[in-house]
Parts: sequence; C-alpha cells; structure tokens
Amino acid sequence: MPKAARHMVRLIARALVLVTLAPASFAQGPPDPLALERLVRQDCGSCHGMTLKGGLGPDLLRGRLTGREPGTIARIILDGVQGTPMPPWRPLLSEAEALWIANYLLDGTAP
Amino acid sequence: MKRPMRILVALGAALLPATHSRAVEAQPAELRGTGDLGIVVERADGALLVIDTTLRRAIGRIEGLGDLSHASAVFSPDERYAYVFGRDGGLTKVDVLTASIARRIVQAGNSIGGAISDDGALIAVANYEPGGVKVFDAGTLAEVADIPAIWPGGRSKTLGLEDTRGRRFLFSLWDAGETWIADFSQGNVPVVTKLKGIGERPYDALISNSGRFYIAGLFGEDGLSLVDLWKSPPQARRILAGYGRGELQLPVYKMPHLESWAEAGDRFALPAIGRNEILWVDARSFEEVGRSKVCGQPVFAVANPDGRHVWVNFAHPANGVIQVLDSLTGEVVKELAPGPSVLHIEFTPRGNEVWVSVRDAGVVQVYDTRTFEKKAEVAARSPSGIFLAARAHRIGL
Repeated sequence: MPKAARHMVRLIARALVLVTLAPASFAQGPPDPLALERLVRQDCGSCHGMTLKGGLGPDLLRGRLTGREPGTIARIILDGVQGTPMPPWRPLLSEAEALWIANYLLDGTAP
Repeated sequence: MKRPMRILVALGAALLPATHSRAVEAQPAELRGTGDLGIVVERADGALLVIDTTLRRAIGRIEGLGDLSHASAVFSPDERYAYVFGRDGGLTKVDVLTASIARRIVQAGNSIGGAISDDGALIAVANYEPGGVKVFDAGTLAEVADIPAIWPGGRSKTLGLEDTRGRRFLFSLWDAGETWIADFSQGNVPVVTKLKGIGERPYDALISNSGRFYIAGLFGEDGLSLVDLWKSPPQARRILAGYGRGELQLPVYKMPHLESWAEAGDRFALPAIGRNEILWVDARSFEEVGRSKVCGQPVFAVANPDGRHVWVNFAHPANGVIQVLDSLTGEVVKELAPGPSVLHIEFTPRGNEVWVSVRDAGVVQVYDTRTFEKKAEVAARSPSGIFLAARAHRIGL
C-alpha cells in the first residue's frame, strides 16, 4: 500500500475509534483509564482472554510479566510481535496509553 | 430463571368431551415446544438469556456458567438441551425448557468450542489448555475419549471443531498446522486420521451444510485449507492460495470466525483476514470469483438461510456497523448502525428475521431481513453469542 494510502487508513481508523469508543478519545490527551481498561478486557481479551488468562495468545497475568520493564511491554503493544498474531496497536494507541496498559498489567490490578 | 416458564396451553378442555377433561388437567401447565427458542450469552456475567423468537423477548435467565468470555453452544436433537462451551473449560448442559442447568463439568483449563455428533450421543470440546479434544456422553457428560493433540512441538491448541456424518469430528491444530478426523462410528474408541501440512496456523474452520467439505482458515498465510470428506482417503488441499499476494495486510485486531458456510446460490462468502474485504468463492471449483470492499475487517459473514444476502460485522474499530451484501452482485445494499460492539448475527431458521447482539449497548436487536426495520430490542448484559435451537438440525452448527 502506498504511503499516502496507509496514512489515510490510519486517519480513518483513528477517526472511527474516536467515534465508536472514546468518551475521552484514545491517542490524544492523557490516558483514559476506563476506556483503556475496557480495551484491555474486551479487545486484547479476544486473544488473551477477557480475564487475561490466555486464549489463542498467552496469558497476561502478573506471574508471566513480573520483572519486565513497562517500556518493553509498551513497545510490544505498539509494534506487535513479528511472526505471531500480535498486531501493532500504534495506529490506535499513543505511547502514553501503551505505557498505561503496561503498568496496568504489571500492577496485577487486571481483573 | 426464578419463575417457572409461563405460557402455553389452556386449549383443550373446552374442545374435548367431558370424559377427557381429567386427562387434560393432568397436563403440565408449561407444555410447549422449543423450536422457536434460543439462548443469548451474557459474557461478562457467565449467564444465559433464554429467548423466544416468536415473542421477540427473553423468557428466562440462567446463571452460574463460569467464564463465558468466549462461548458457543450446540443443541440436542430434541432441541431441549443446549451444551455451552465456556472459555474456562466449562461444559454446561442447559435445559432450555426449564431454564436451568441440568449438568455442568469443568473439563479443561482453557477451551474454544465444541460440537455434537450426528446421532446426538457425543459432545466434543476443543481445548487450548491442555491442547486436544475431549469427548463426552451427551446424556451424563461422562468422559468417553481424550485425544491429546500431540505433535513434535508438544501439545497443540485445537480449534475449528466440527461434526460430520457417521459420528465423526474434525478439528485443526493451531501450532502444528494439521487437521485431524476422529471417527467414532465403531464405538467410543476413535479412529484418528491425521492430515499434515494443511497450512500455517489454522485459526478456525467451518463445514458445508452437506457435511462434505471442511474448510480451515489460515492465519499464517493467504489461503485456506479444504478437505473433501467424500474422497477416500480424505486429503487437504489449499484453496485461494495467495489471495492477497503483494498487498499489505492490515493489523488484525480480531480473528474472523468461520462459523457457517455462508452459501449464497452457487458461491459462498468468506471473511478475508487482514483485509477490508469479503471473498466470494465458487462452491464447486473453490476458486475466487469476486471480492466485496467492506468498511472494516470482517468478523462474521453470515448468509441468510435463503442465501439472498450476507450480513457482515467487523472488528475494532468498525465494530458498530453491519453491512448487508447482495449475494448476486456482491454490493453493499444496506448499512446498519446497531450500536457499539456488534458481536454476533443469528438468523431465524426461515430467515425472516435476524438477531444481533450489541455488547456495549446492552441489547439484542431483532431486524426484519426484507425491510431491515428493527422489530424489537431485548435488554441483555454484555450480550455476545446468540444460538437458536434450530441449530440442532444442521451439520456443523
């Protein structure tokens, strides 16, 4: 896909997210905990399980993540994992939001 | 459900001779059929609603089914019992008539779905953890067989579990790229046939209405795997290989589902993976005959039972929309906006109406499939899968 088209896709995707999801939109302004928690449970949850106990993807429970740097986890969220179904979320999330999710998972406050 | 299911009967007495009236009185007050009933999964609560598609409302609620964040169901041949497969490995036999749990076991740590044999005697469940398929007696839920999905890499996650004629189940191995056929026609010890090298990372499968063709979608490559069960021995071959060659795949935020053979005339519709497209495939040659551009990455592409239209819902971020495709032209003829997070689409058996779950609006909506008019809304808590009892009579559902 040409760069311009790719840019359009991103813009459209982002615009749709703003419309469909965001009480206080993703990728702009400070992270919105409620919206991000829902994203983790419902959207990450389609592969990692709604309670994060795993599914097609691995579990995201504290035991697995302990010892990892929040920045490392945030990069996985933003860039995905090549050769696996983990997609890059950069078109939909800001760095601050990815970091918020990383800390949320590490805190073990995940439901 | 707290109260017994009301409704029904009251006929009879006035019509019958007096001598028969005592027998009529002895009939249970709740006597009714289940052909127009179904269940809706309330995923966050581990609960089910029992719905009546004639009344277009919920007539009962069942709690205590564990983690239903990814759940599906099949029905007994008499349409009375639903077998519900939960994410946490729970297998629950639900009595739809009395809206109660008849039996429940937790048979694995993490599972994805199941199937019922053509004779209604066996329930099979595909598990992620521990990877493999377990088979249970449909009456008692006692374990009948355990088929660990062992390959050189260990135990594979299994999915795409479908039933076909002759007490056979087919399923695919996510890690190993294989499709296995477990044949229970000779009793409760299965004969297992392993088809290897079917493709990279099969993520889901469907079986044709005839039970003849098993198609597994592949996440790891552009293409699908087809098994023709009328051929002996059955072999897997690639179809639509390289359907997106040279094109950039979009990030996949939700795996599509291949639930049913969305057969529309002489071709059928499949959701493309990583593309905003529906693929049209010739039902005889299995070659691509067209594509429809749609507004997002499709999750379900479900044909009306008459084949006239295909209804499509989408992954995040287009998950508030349904597009309806004309199966003759492939064009989008209607776009609906049911609300945030449209998760599932289920047609009534004659296809006159369709039930749609809208998770984040907390409702299930009922549409007329000819006028696209919304006929009813039923409140439900985070509704996801909708399963109508008429599935009992279809292979692969």
